[in-house]
Amino acid sequence: MISFNQVHKRYPGGYHALKNVSFEVSKGEMVFLTGHSGAGKSTLLKLIAAIERPSLGSLIVNNQNIRVLKERALPYLRRNLGIIFQDHKLLFDRNVFDNVILPLQICGFDYRESHKRVRAALDKVGLLNREKSNPITLSGGEQQRLCIARAIVNRPNILLADEPTGNLDTEYAHEIMAIFKSFHQVGVTLLISTHDEGVLLDTNVRRLTLKHGELQPDSFSAPLTGSDQV
Amino acid sequence: MRHALTLIIGVLRRMFASKLAGMLNILVIGIALSLPAGMYVMLQNAQGLVAKLSGTPQISLFLTMEAKTDDIDKLRMQLTEHQSIERVEFIARNQALEQLKKSTGLSDLIGGLQQNPLPDAFIVYPKQEEAQALEALRNELAELPKVELAQLDSAWAYKLEALLKFGRMVVMILASLLSLALVAITFNTIRLQILTQRDEIEVAKLIGATNGFIRRPFLYFGALQGLLGGGMAWLIISVSLILLNWQLAPLSQLYAVQLVLNSLTPGDSLTLLLFSLYLGWLGAWLSVARHLSQIEPS
Repeated sequence: MISFNQVHKRYPGGYHALKNVSFEVSKGEMVFLTGHSGAGKSTLLKLIAAIERPSLGSLIVNNQNIRVLKERALPYLRRNLGIIFQDHKLLFDRNVFDNVILPLQICGFDYRESHKRVRAALDKVGLLNREKSNPITLSGGEQQRLCIARAIVNRPNILLADEPTGNLDTEYAHEIMAIFKSFHQVGVTLLISTHDEGVLLDTNVRRLTLKHGELQPDSFSAPLTGSDQV
Repeated sequence: MRHALTLIIGVLRRMFASKLAGMLNILVIGIALSLPAGMYVMLQNAQGLVAKLSGTPQISLFLTMEAKTDDIDKLRMQLTEHQSIERVEFIARNQALEQLKKSTGLSDLIGGLQQNPLPDAFIVYPKQEEAQALEALRNELAELPKVELAQLDSAWAYKLEALLKFGRMVVMILASLLSLALVAITFNTIRLQILTQRDEIEVAKLIGATNGFIRRPFLYFGALQGLLGGGMAWLIISVSLILLNWQLAPLSQLYAVQLVLNSLTPGDSLTLLLFSLYLGWLGAWLSVARHLSQIEPS
């Protein structure tokens, strides 16, 4: 699904965000990406979504080589990714329902089908009763869940989450993690970045640890694929 | 299909959220377009008038008062055999007086005359139409016996025609400049729209929107704004002409002639609307091409 092979990311100005990163995430796997802030977690996720391109090395996502991917092929790569952003990136000029339906409109889904899917996604994250609200009136945890609903509504096979529990208290954080686990159980590949060790304590999941842009050698302990867990 | 429609309607609704700004834009475009289009209408009317009055060029030969029937017959023979002349028409003095009474509404004045002041006349239709050849023919005919005066009737029409050509050039220049202004207005409007919808564009790009998908509503908006501006211009011209015709009505009565300004023909109206639509679309396209690539998710 996702394959990093000696990937480097250097920003103009010389900052070396990722150094020689190699790992693979197979289909249906759920992987945590941890490390101190500034370790390169967000950069790594941005590379997968082709928001940034690798400076060196090869990165394959869904059989597409990100380094050489044509600009006009980008939208089709991203349609198979669900991305949960650290800053949510919700649109406050429209209600909850219209935020979630946006990816389906972009993909040109049938009107009736898309309405059904939006309701299903909102139901999944427990926001069905808020569909007419403006996102600005939602709490931090609810906004995060809304962002998740938008990311999953067109049923992508890869879900990327950047610090999804960053600003939430423990109770909310566990709710969000429970939602992710339910996606994992239906075969979605997940890559979740977090610096919040507390969330990871009770989970027995593969961890990748970044330190100053380098992947730590002990990160491959306790791998667990979807089939193993069930 | 329904999806695309709701989406586009949604975007347009957000774009026209500021009704006042939208209306002002449309008004500005309308006024800008109505100037050249209005001048064009006026020129068309003048053109129509010239065509009606001049038709084919003709030379009027006014005979001396003492010309007798013999002289007239001789002259007629001469004219008919002349190789530069297509045909001739004789207007007897009585006939001319009747025509004058009918056409100018001066019948009271004419009725008071003791005797008919008009001479017999020939109207000569030459074969050529060039001004120089006509002038030569006129000079030749003026020398004929019993001819008092030879007048080239369409000379003024040619001068007016030249003036109209000048006027058309003015319209062309004005239209080009104001079209440019329309494109610039749309360019700027779309630039502002793109800036205010920066977040939406960024999110749309992140969740897999193609450039075409993002571009489309802006192009529709530009085209729609142009079209509405064209409609506004059409309205301005039509209302102006109604007002002008209203003022012309008493003039028509006074001079007992039919003075009516024609408005834009359906064909011209359609051209105006399509042209403004196209210019709006063009302005939007240029703006989108320039500004959309600058918004990339980070």
